[in-house]
Amino acid sequence: MSDIPKDLSYTKTHEWIGNDGDGTITVGITDYAQSSLGDLVFVELPETGTKVGAGDGVAVVESVKAASDIYAPVDGEIAEINEQLADSPELVNEDPFGQGWLFKMAIDDETALGELLDADAYKGVVDDAED
Amino acid sequence: MAHRTPLYEAHVAAGAKLVDFAGWDMPIDYGSQIAEHKAVRDNVGMFDVSHMAVVDIHGPDARAFLSAVLANDIAKIDDIGRALYTCVLNTRGGVIDDLIVYHLASERYRAVVNAATAEKDLAWLHSQARGRDVEITHREDLAIIAVQGPRARELAGQAMSDETADAARKLKPFEGFATDGISIGRTGYTGEDGYEIVLPGDRAHDLWRRLQDVGVTPVGLGARDTLRLEAGLNLYGQDMDEDRTPLESGLGWTVAFKPAERQFVGRDALEHMRQQGVSHKLVGLVLEGRGVIRAHAAVRAADSDEDDPDAADGEVTSGSFAPTLGCSIALARIPRDWQDTVEVRIRDRWQPARIVKPPFVRHGKSLIEPD
Repeated sequence: MSDIPKDLSYTKTHEWIGNDGDGTITVGITDYAQSSLGDLVFVELPETGTKVGAGDGVAVVESVKAASDIYAPVDGEIAEINEQLADSPELVNEDPFGQGWLFKMAIDDETALGELLDADAYKGVVDDAED
Repeated sequence: MAHRTPLYEAHVAAGAKLVDFAGWDMPIDYGSQIAEHKAVRDNVGMFDVSHMAVVDIHGPDARAFLSAVLANDIAKIDDIGRALYTCVLNTRGGVIDDLIVYHLASERYRAVVNAATAEKDLAWLHSQARGRDVEITHREDLAIIAVQGPRARELAGQAMSDETADAARKLKPFEGFATDGISIGRTGYTGEDGYEIVLPGDRAHDLWRRLQDVGVTPVGLGARDTLRLEAGLNLYGQDMDEDRTPLESGLGWTVAFKPAERQFVGRDALEHMRQQGVSHKLVGLVLEGRGVIRAHAAVRAADSDEDDPDAADGEVTSGSFAPTLGCSIALARIPRDWQDTVEVRIRDRWQPARIVKPPFVRHGKSLIEPD
């Protein structure tokens, strides 16, 4: 049973989004995503300062089994990346909603966050994927 | 519904992630593929490989039959108790399957063949056996447990009767014996020491539990794949198939051309290929940078001209992250004359990789020279 924290937003492509409340968001992959991918061995993160649009592939997580693209959930600019993942990609497996965060974005338009899925809607996505 | 091995319930109870593997519900991992990989390299692990097919071959013509149908020479295991790794070829020299055959008793051999090819293998063996006094039996009543790792023999011995453990301890590599309905071979697919134990399906759960009780870690097929790749061992369907001969698949050493008078299926095609010259070879690759090489990735000569369509004339057959080495490795089929370094396409980038001779890891130690 995957963990789906109530206080986060989600995408259909299994990113989670935390609103930092200061015009930035934190992005990671969900517990379901890390569990499906298996042990992560590399995380390729974007450069800070990169302008990105919602739906753009901005990062790659690679497990022993497969590589998976990570998409920007909204328009904005990459503000910070989780440097720890270069040496410890397993943090994404161990603590996907905490130390395993991927990057932070300064967002162009806060109202875009309203388009994201809430925890209940994302649970529906996971249930469908597991069927 | 997919086939299930006698250990299916044990896998579910242990929290295995189950996947369809050649029509069988098999554990891919029990939580962490890397932890299971390391358990085998550093300590001991066990695999349920009951999806593989056990084929018994016996009768007065058994040896003559195997001499004709196997590319390696069955005469090498005329002593009872020996085992042989070999390919079965079609008349074009392509690999129908690879297998280990054990000489269990007089006129009695046991082959263990791949799950995905079992049906095809049996049809082929039956067709080749016509007119000979030999019986070929698919032993669907049997299960197989592989115990592998530096402590495999010690701990497996603790889970067996004293008499069986004693006989097992005396086995040299690539030897086996049969007793009390089970057969044990000191063989494996991981680059570590260990046993492959073939036993009646209704006794498999009991042995599995006893192995678990003495501290053997259950390991899924995910880690089996990274272990075998580090060990430089071919996987059927990826690194070899019916369209490629053993000479193009790094398996020339398994083909016995001597004695010259032994006629085996595929010999003429292989002799012809040897005369013409083999255009491609199977090599090991070590990725220089970050990322993971995947099967089917294109390989090109180092410093290739972007516009040269012939440059990317190589292909990765198996690729993965190597947990023991902490980098990505691969097996790839490339033109015979390429040396030292190549470039591999990973996602949308060409990345340098070093050509090495497999195996990459043996008995827990890296065999890859540092740059």
